[in-house]
Amino acid sequence: MGHYNYWIVIVLMMIGFYIVIAHGNLIKKIIGLGIFQTSVFILYISMANVDGGTAPIFAEGICQYSNPLPHVLILTAIVVGIATTALGLALTLRIKEAYGTIEEEEIQEKDNLDC
Amino acid sequence: MLAHLPVLQVIVPLLAAPLCLFLTRPRLAWGFALFVSALAFVISCILLQQVMSSGIIIYELGGWEAPWGIEYRIDPLNAFLLLIITAISTVVLLAAHTSIQQEIPRERQTLFYILYLLSLAGMLGIVATGDAFNVFVFLEISSLSAYALIALGKDRRALWAAYQYLIMGTVGATFILIGIGLMYQMTGTLNMDDLSRRLPEVEHTRTVFTAYAFIIVGICLKLALFPLHLWLPNAYAYAPSIVTAFFAATATKVAIYLLIRFTFSVFGLTFSFTALPLRLLFLTLGLVGVFAASTTAIYQKNVKHLFAYSSIAQIGYMIIGFSVSTTTGLMATLLHLFNHALMKGALFLALCGVIYRIGSVQLKHFNGLGYQMPYTMAAVVIGGLSLIGVPLTVGFISKWYLILAVIENGWWPVAVLILLGSLLAVVYIWRIVESAYFKSPLPGRGNIKEAPLSILLPVWLLVIANIYFGIDTRLSVQVTQAAAMSLFGVGP
Repeated sequence: MGHYNYWIVIVLMMIGFYIVIAHGNLIKKIIGLGIFQTSVFILYISMANVDGGTAPIFAEGICQYSNPLPHVLILTAIVVGIATTALGLALTLRIKEAYGTIEEEEIQEKDNLDC
Repeated sequence: MLAHLPVLQVIVPLLAAPLCLFLTRPRLAWGFALFVSALAFVISCILLQQVMSSGIIIYELGGWEAPWGIEYRIDPLNAFLLLIITAISTVVLLAAHTSIQQEIPRERQTLFYILYLLSLAGMLGIVATGDAFNVFVFLEISSLSAYALIALGKDRRALWAAYQYLIMGTVGATFILIGIGLMYQMTGTLNMDDLSRRLPEVEHTRTVFTAYAFIIVGICLKLALFPLHLWLPNAYAYAPSIVTAFFAATATKVAIYLLIRFTFSVFGLTFSFTALPLRLLFLTLGLVGVFAASTTAIYQKNVKHLFAYSSIAQIGYMIIGFSVSTTTGLMATLLHLFNHALMKGALFLALCGVIYRIGSVQLKHFNGLGYQMPYTMAAVVIGGLSLIGVPLTVGFISKWYLILAVIENGWWPVAVLILLGSLLAVVYIWRIVESAYFKSPLPGRGNIKEAPLSILLPVWLLVIANIYFGIDTRLSVQVTQAAAMSLFGVGP
């Protein structure tokens, strides 16, 4: 169980990935994508952890602290994730306006009719 | 000033993008974007000249020494890519105003230029940076703006294409992020140069192997390697024509660059080609890609779709060159990178002109177009010949080096297959030629004029480049040779 965090990462990753692939609802796909990305955030945070380490604060009495770099990296990745989710939702909105549905199959059907 | 060129290359378009917001008149925004892109082009020319004469340029951002800070590292390979991207971007922008005026509502035109510059900045950043995490950040900058650009297309299918690209692209980018994370976990560094020195110490571990696999799959999604190409045809077909011309000539090239950079520079040749059966895998996927995509291209009714599938096939050729993994093979890949940017830039820009005049790129609407829009269609024909690989065009040069590389390796059957693949290109190009020159126009179509000069000029600029670099190969061959040799760690 030493790699408890990593197991969670893998489980979340697979859940997210499965939702992206298997679900036809565009909102659900974005939710799946969110879970998938979150698992990667946890991966980075886990690898930064130092046993018995505290938060990386420069102060007296603190000699062992977690590696702050992955935290910083993942802050960037979280921002990217938010931007992606926002853009995905905006596109879903426009798709709903244009097609009247957010189900993959129905969109595909309407496209096939157009051709 | 000169010392800061590597960072200016990226920063100038990045900062120029939000400035466009102040220019509410589309014409002003266009002029500004064109100026910025041209400036970036000039910078890339100087960078290439410097690299070729005095070797690798290293730039430390904010004065923080690598591997703690982020460094930009310009070697012949980066400089070559920077030149391709900025040159194509500038030429495409020349035609942008005319085409965009018709395809995008007025209130969104300024936003278009913002997205365009952001996407340009993202691509330049990916290429210029020497930091693995920085690659991810710039990748997302360019991708997010690309999704929005594609969604600007007139047809509602553009939205659906953009959505699908967003899902696939994000999965790809997240894979790359996982790979970078695992590399960091094993080595504690993100600097590519530093990584290349520290990875060999831990290369036997499963973590490094997993990192490599994630990165390769992520990049292959981005470069639309067959069978991960499904997002590409619709994204190219329904995006505004200018966007298609820009992305078809640059976006996948950047992904190929990443593939080369990670395989050769970061993980190193010995690890990359022994950890995974990369050579066989890429050779097979490349060949299947060439044949599957070219055959699909033949049956397309929409000419933009046709060229999109042809792009996937061309990526197949680049991957074959990569799988040979000798200096000549890599040279063939890099040459084709350059040459394909010229061909597809010319072809998709010419389609821009067609859309401007007849509002459609259905093959049946091309009937008789050869006589109504002679200059545009002549450009399509020359671009098509270049795609096939006819001598005196750039297409011939890349095919020549590719076949040379394959034969050097003793892979005769592959050489034959490459030639057969080119024959498929003859078929799909012929379908366009047949429509344009040997069929009478659809009844009820009025008089169609030649495309406006503002589109025709950039098209012919690229067509002439297609012929010029097909005859005078000094520049392209010299630079690609230097790039390939530096990747193999020989020569300067």
